[in-house]
Amino acid sequence: MIPYFPGCTLKTKADFFETSALRVARCLGTELIELPRWNCCGTVTSLTSDDLIHHVAPLRDLIRVEDMNTSGEIYQEYRLVALCSMCFHVLKRAHLRVMQNPGELEKINNLMYLESDYQGKVSVLHFLELLRDIGFPKIQRTVKRPLAGLRVSPYYGCLLLRPKEVAIDDPEDPAILSHLLEALGAEVINNPFKTRCCGSYQTVCDKAAVAELTFDILSRARQEGAECVITSCPLCMFNLADRQKEVREKHPEFEPMPVLYFTQLMALAFGLDDVCGFDQNAVDARPLLQEKGLSTRGAS
Amino acid sequence: MKKKKIDVMERVREASKAVITGVDDKDIEHWVDIHIMGKAYQVPADLTIMQAIEYAGYRLMRSCGCRAGFCGACSTIFRRKGEYKLQGAMACQTRVEDGMMLVQIPFSPAEKPLYDIREEKYESSVLLKYFPDVARCVSCNTCTKSCPQNLQVMDYVQAALKGDFRGIAEGSFECIQCGLCAIRCPAEIVQYHMAQFARRMYGRHGSPRDKNVESRVGEIEKGKFNDEFDRVMGLSEAELKDVYTKQQNTREVY
Amino acid sequence: MIPKIVLTSGHVDFLKKVSELSGQVVTQCDQCGTCSASCPMVDGMDITPAQMMRLVQLGRREVLESKAMWICASCFACTVRCPRGLDLSKVAEALRQIQLRQAIDHIDIKSIPKDEIERLPQIALVSGCRKFTG
Repeated sequence: MIPYFPGCTLKTKADFFETSALRVARCLGTELIELPRWNCCGTVTSLTSDDLIHHVAPLRDLIRVEDMNTSGEIYQEYRLVALCSMCFHVLKRAHLRVMQNPGELEKINNLMYLESDYQGKVSVLHFLELLRDIGFPKIQRTVKRPLAGLRVSPYYGCLLLRPKEVAIDDPEDPAILSHLLEALGAEVINNPFKTRCCGSYQTVCDKAAVAELTFDILSRARQEGAECVITSCPLCMFNLADRQKEVREKHPEFEPMPVLYFTQLMALAFGLDDVCGFDQNAVDARPLLQEKGLSTRGAS
Repeated sequence: MKKKKIDVMERVREASKAVITGVDDKDIEHWVDIHIMGKAYQVPADLTIMQAIEYAGYRLMRSCGCRAGFCGACSTIFRRKGEYKLQGAMACQTRVEDGMMLVQIPFSPAEKPLYDIREEKYESSVLLKYFPDVARCVSCNTCTKSCPQNLQVMDYVQAALKGDFRGIAEGSFECIQCGLCAIRCPAEIVQYHMAQFARRMYGRHGSPRDKNVESRVGEIEKGKFNDEFDRVMGLSEAELKDVYTKQQNTREVY
Repeated sequence: MIPKIVLTSGHVDFLKKVSELSGQVVTQCDQCGTCSASCPMVDGMDITPAQMMRLVQLGRREVLESKAMWICASCFACTVRCPRGLDLSKVAEALRQIQLRQAIDHIDIKSIPKDEIERLPQIALVSGCRKFTG
């Protein structure tokens, strides 16, 4: 049993990301339990040297992990798994910040006098790191429906790999998603733009900029031969998938490109048809999957 | 005969006077020193903040309501002597303390958005649609610390980000809308307006329907109780009093 | 005629303030331009990241009027590539915060169209508010 941090969007717009991930984890022998009384991590990390208040929120979540151990709910388990790339980034950086600045940790602990003090024991992991620890060979053995013939392009985005203190893989040439997809039997297509920013929060006030970035990232993936793109972040998903509508406003010839969460493909490969969530994607991937003979039986 | 216009607040004030002036000052043993809006006063120790303000000679036109801890009008913030923490309380429910420095906040400025709960979709995005300020929450817990009802305010604001209508409804159930959370919030969120919207949405779309209530309302609309209504409306004042007293004296509990 | 660049104490104060707030030794930037080349948002910017650093080095407050720091998406590409090990994302954040801390918000959340907010995932509004409001 490992504590798991969902983040606001995984409980709402991206709930199928969570559902597929939890089932996939269970299939691999790991029970992810939701952190009790968690609060929004407050993405994106505050970067000024003097700001402490914006680190309160993620630290409060890390304290919850320590509390779970103190209360006996879990035994000696200080890992916290996050599924959303942005939540992972913020939680990990908050931990690193206070570890490097004990004076700040003391101030923040004093501010949160109603909580127990943060002891610094928590180790924040992204779900992909957990999968890597479980081992890609084991994942391969769990596959019931190999994704043969499906040409997938991994998209990492920014916050999983940068800056170096949080990186789960090499920032310039990551391979973790490729290894995962190969274990699932898919054909991995490299996209040179796989680590290029999708525009992130600019989607709130500068849709045009996001649309251009999406156009570049997806067009290049298609040029390299990809049929679909996978991601690990609800904001990347929104920018790459939902914003394709805005892409077509400037580039009417742009063909829809399915974008999926990596856990959806894992669920498909493991035969967990009821949690694939393909009916929730902004760009429907089902025609593509049907073409490849990879359709699910039943609703999703 | 024309009815005399009754100033209800005047009568309430008269009724409270007994507490403040029923005893001679020389007979009061325990006094405390407090500061009301920066001015020092000595008041009897067992008064509530509201009574103390009136004892000091103020006549409350605002920041005063039910005097029973329910309406949320008498929001007060104070500091205790020697302490740095800012406390929030309802003046009618809190006793004065020696060294207390207080001020009242009669009103918390906030615009309530107009919505029609019949027309809104029961999903998480509707909360941010009307209350985008909720996205600014930094989980500092200042709202919880300010709440005179001891509600877990931060938890229900976080429930809004999670789209958990029930969590908001249950967490904010005892909110009296005093406004102290909104006044102190560094992210300038108006917690209680958002909670009220969420409670309304939950009540309409989320909570289980009460079949007994629905069937009784149906019976009323069909006229099942019309005869009984007519009978009661036709009773004289003396007969009504008689019926009421008899009913109060029975053991039946409604 | 060679134009002169004059550094007054006011300029030095601004450089100091940004350096403190960002925790970066801004004067170490040698203007190699790697950041500008890595930035995915540079096309929409009025000044490039390297130019932004230069203006800060020279203590030019006018940099606060530029659009560049608001177009930054905090992707940290500049951070991982700077050969001097400087963290430009922190410098951009410092410039944003100097403006935001004067209660000058960059976006007005109340004026985002309601149907747009309904479409956005929570994470977009949370991060947008974090970077663009004070």
